[in-house]
Amino acid sequence: MTINLAAAAAGEQLGDAAVLNAAHVDVTYKVRGAGRLAVRDVSFQIGRQESFGLVGESGCGKTTMALAITRYLPRNGAVSAGSISVAGQDVASLGRSALREMRARTVSMVYQEPGRALNPSMRVGRQVAEVFEIAGVSRADAAGRAEEALRRVQIADPGRVLRSYPHQLSGGMLQRVVIAMALAAEPSLLILDEPTTALDATVEAEILELVAGLREEFSTAILFISHNLAVIAKMCERVGVMYAGELVEQGPARQVFEQPAHPYTVGLLRCIPRRGQRKDHGRLDSIPGFLPGPGEVATGCVFAPRCALADHRCATQAPPAYPAGPARTARCYYHEQAPGLPRNTPAEVSLPAASAGQPLISLRGVGKTFTVRAERVHALADVDLDLYQGETLGLVGESGSGKTTLARILVGLTAPDAGSVVSLDGVQLGPVAARRSRDQLRAMQIVFQNPDSALNRRHTVRRLISRPLAKLAGLSGPAAETALLDLLRSVRMEPRQLGLRPAQLSGGLKQRVAIARAFAGRPRVLVCDEPTSALDVSVQAAILNLLADLQASQRVTYLFISHDLGVVRYLADRIAVLYLGRVMEYGNAEDVFTGPHHPYTEALLSAVPSLDGSPPERIALTGEIPSAATPPSGCVFHTRCPRRLPSGICESTEPPLAEAGNGHLMRCHIPAAELRELQRTGHERRDEG
Amino acid sequence: MDGDDRELPAGSGAADGVLAATPAVPAGSGQAAAGAGPAAAAGSARRVRREQTGQLLRSPTFIVGALILLWWVACAVGGRSFSAYNPVNGSLAQFNAPPSAAHWFGADSLGRDVLSRVLAGARDILIIAPLATLLGTTVGTVLGLITGYYRGAVDSVIGRIVDAGLALPVVITAFLFIVALGPTTLTLIVVIGFVFALLIARTVRTAVLQERDLDYVAAARLRDESGARIMFAEILPNVFGPILVEFTVRLGYAIFTIATLSFLGFGIRPPTPDWGGDIAGSYQYLAAGYWWETLFPALAIASLVVAVNLIADSVEAVLIQ
Repeated sequence: MTINLAAAAAGEQLGDAAVLNAAHVDVTYKVRGAGRLAVRDVSFQIGRQESFGLVGESGCGKTTMALAITRYLPRNGAVSAGSISVAGQDVASLGRSALREMRARTVSMVYQEPGRALNPSMRVGRQVAEVFEIAGVSRADAAGRAEEALRRVQIADPGRVLRSYPHQLSGGMLQRVVIAMALAAEPSLLILDEPTTALDATVEAEILELVAGLREEFSTAILFISHNLAVIAKMCERVGVMYAGELVEQGPARQVFEQPAHPYTVGLLRCIPRRGQRKDHGRLDSIPGFLPGPGEVATGCVFAPRCALADHRCATQAPPAYPAGPARTARCYYHEQAPGLPRNTPAEVSLPAASAGQPLISLRGVGKTFTVRAERVHALADVDLDLYQGETLGLVGESGSGKTTLARILVGLTAPDAGSVVSLDGVQLGPVAARRSRDQLRAMQIVFQNPDSALNRRHTVRRLISRPLAKLAGLSGPAAETALLDLLRSVRMEPRQLGLRPAQLSGGLKQRVAIARAFAGRPRVLVCDEPTSALDVSVQAAILNLLADLQASQRVTYLFISHDLGVVRYLADRIAVLYLGRVMEYGNAEDVFTGPHHPYTEALLSAVPSLDGSPPERIALTGEIPSAATPPSGCVFHTRCPRRLPSGICESTEPPLAEAGNGHLMRCHIPAAELRELQRTGHERRDEG
Repeated sequence: MDGDDRELPAGSGAADGVLAATPAVPAGSGQAAAGAGPAAAAGSARRVRREQTGQLLRSPTFIVGALILLWWVACAVGGRSFSAYNPVNGSLAQFNAPPSAAHWFGADSLGRDVLSRVLAGARDILIIAPLATLLGTTVGTVLGLITGYYRGAVDSVIGRIVDAGLALPVVITAFLFIVALGPTTLTLIVVIGFVFALLIARTVRTAVLQERDLDYVAAARLRDESGARIMFAEILPNVFGPILVEFTVRLGYAIFTIATLSFLGFGIRPPTPDWGGDIAGSYQYLAAGYWWETLFPALAIASLVVAVNLIADSVEAVLIQ
């Protein structure tokens, strides 16, 4: 069993029909004279019309691989071994004009942020037409072809879009335009690099469906790069899992995700919250240790330092790619034992239940109107919420739903409109932090989404944590030192890390420092504003468990904000769903997830790709999220609601938040019982899956 | 530790890591850098500083600038002992003598050795210019922090004062002050410092505006920190780079301004050796062919300004990337 054997097996399968053939590719970056291997011995092939997914955490070399294929590597990077050929042509040997030809006709690439792929000062129409002109279409015909191209990516009103400037269009619309441009030359390979990562769940679902449809229509092969395993599972027939520059496992997507054969894949899958998993039951696991730094060369298996199955051989001798089933390979000596990888953390823990009684925090009639260029934007309207001691309230919503505004109002960073009431223990709080007492400030702290912005980059970890200890907890001298070390231990960090500055810490460690800082004053309520959305899944799992453990030991209440339903389901006891600044649904987590759901929640749930069996049929939302400056009349969701009533009541009257039993509230004209009936068919299918 | 919870060892150098170089990809490919994730911003702060110093010391621009500046500093400190003649008392026998073996740069209309005066002339300008720039930078930083952090009415009022102060050319403003306060060295420092403070306040304000909306400032507000502490302990260290650049750039302007004022007769008083003053005293003899009396002080001014600007450029290139 050698590397060649496995590669030969894959090659046999595809033969000469491969659109892309990467064989033993190494990519090296030269940094100050020294070479650093970013991709090591990666081999895979993509057949005609096949969809291949490359999955892995940040820094694993996915994007580098895509850049190598298109020869867009930065000046200090080069393919230092192996070869890449696209449609039978060796990419490395292409001359200037042949390379241009390849990029224009054979391979197209779509990036994460559509807004940055388009020129902001040119109308969309000109930019799309330009692509056709480069492909040899006359200027006069190009405009017509542009319109046709937009129609093919299901843009209903191509004329308007072509006349617009990029900033006038939504992210989903821009990504459609970029995809239309990428497909203009009918390439044989389309590379999509995290194409939906910057988009909302409902928009992501639309784009994924569009890509799947276009693949059939254009008969193009797809290289789909993503950190999101569920998206890859949905979109790709075959998948390659990358870790630290190596392709550790590849095979049919379904098989790889259901019966992973590499310990890294096993560990990664255990980090993703699935249905049925909760903070105390069937806990997420984490991968011990940390990624090798850039340029660190492993003598043995790259994953060995973090692998519970690793032995002496793994540490000294790199494993070849073993065939692990038909058309599957895994770079692991123990690929047969991989599914039984021992857990790193216990699966079951007992957490104290939240206490009922008096709400700790209550919000009544909270609204916020921003004035943006003489336009009044209603970010939040009439929000009533309660938080009880020791519970987690999950706040879910797409971008622009007012989640972050609500968080900032709660802690006093943004003043709500007059008439809004935020109270702590029944005592009304001042509108902004400056008008609250130090005890009130101390009671409520926040963990921000982006730790790079949340931590002062000039301060050391010691200074970052001890300042709130002095200021909020009033500690000094030896007591402060003890408290500092306790806090550090509680977020699983070590005293030797006290002297480091944020730039020396990874994303996960930075977020731990931010959490330690937030806990310094022993808060009673902690607002977590998307604390894990900037982190990789394996780091996210560890942070989520840390938050759950801290809640148990400190009896703190969380307002946990996230756009990720899986994460909220894992952590939250109760859930509020926001849409255009209004609470659409509010109740116990279990009730919200099992239904009956508000039609918006239902659409949201069906939009998220999942690793749990076959996904429910997607409830497609029509149209775009309306602007908060001009919210729709009646029910704000009626413009996109698939269950809009024919009577016209949805357009004219805003429904109240009505009780659906067990404190489950829904803002819908359709009675809960009827919704349950309507949604039952979907559930039955889901339960079977 | 769990997951990707790693520190980045000082040697790993992710700051200039594999993907830090801008890839040659088409518009909109921010993804390349995003692949490196948060680690892309990494690298030891101390190591970064050491590296920046190293980068400066390797930069030819900086080396040339620093050598010229060092030469003039040496002249300012010991200029009088280098030169063979007294820069203040001339010899009438030598008046308007052309450059010769005895007087390399010739002698001026009062028979004073031009070389001696050029060497000695470095002193006052190299005392006044840095002091004025330091004063301007300090006051400007405070103003910039206050206007940028508080914004609102404070910003508007100070902003209008800045506009008013900058409406006139520096030299005219300086004239007004010198006429009103009398032509002393202290006046010169205060006047130039005042005008520079207005300019520097603007730059600092812009940098502060970018910082004040970051979450670490919000976190400080949520633990009841005072405005002064947020400005000076939280924000100031993060805007230090632009301030340092501004200081070096302004220093060049200060030298130029002082020389101009001296030339116009409002700067350093005669008979103290001074480049601007010497040019003023000699330029009318150019027509008579006594070029050396004007050329050498002029070259001195030019070389010092160029040296400071070379340093400013290289500092900017290293600090602001």
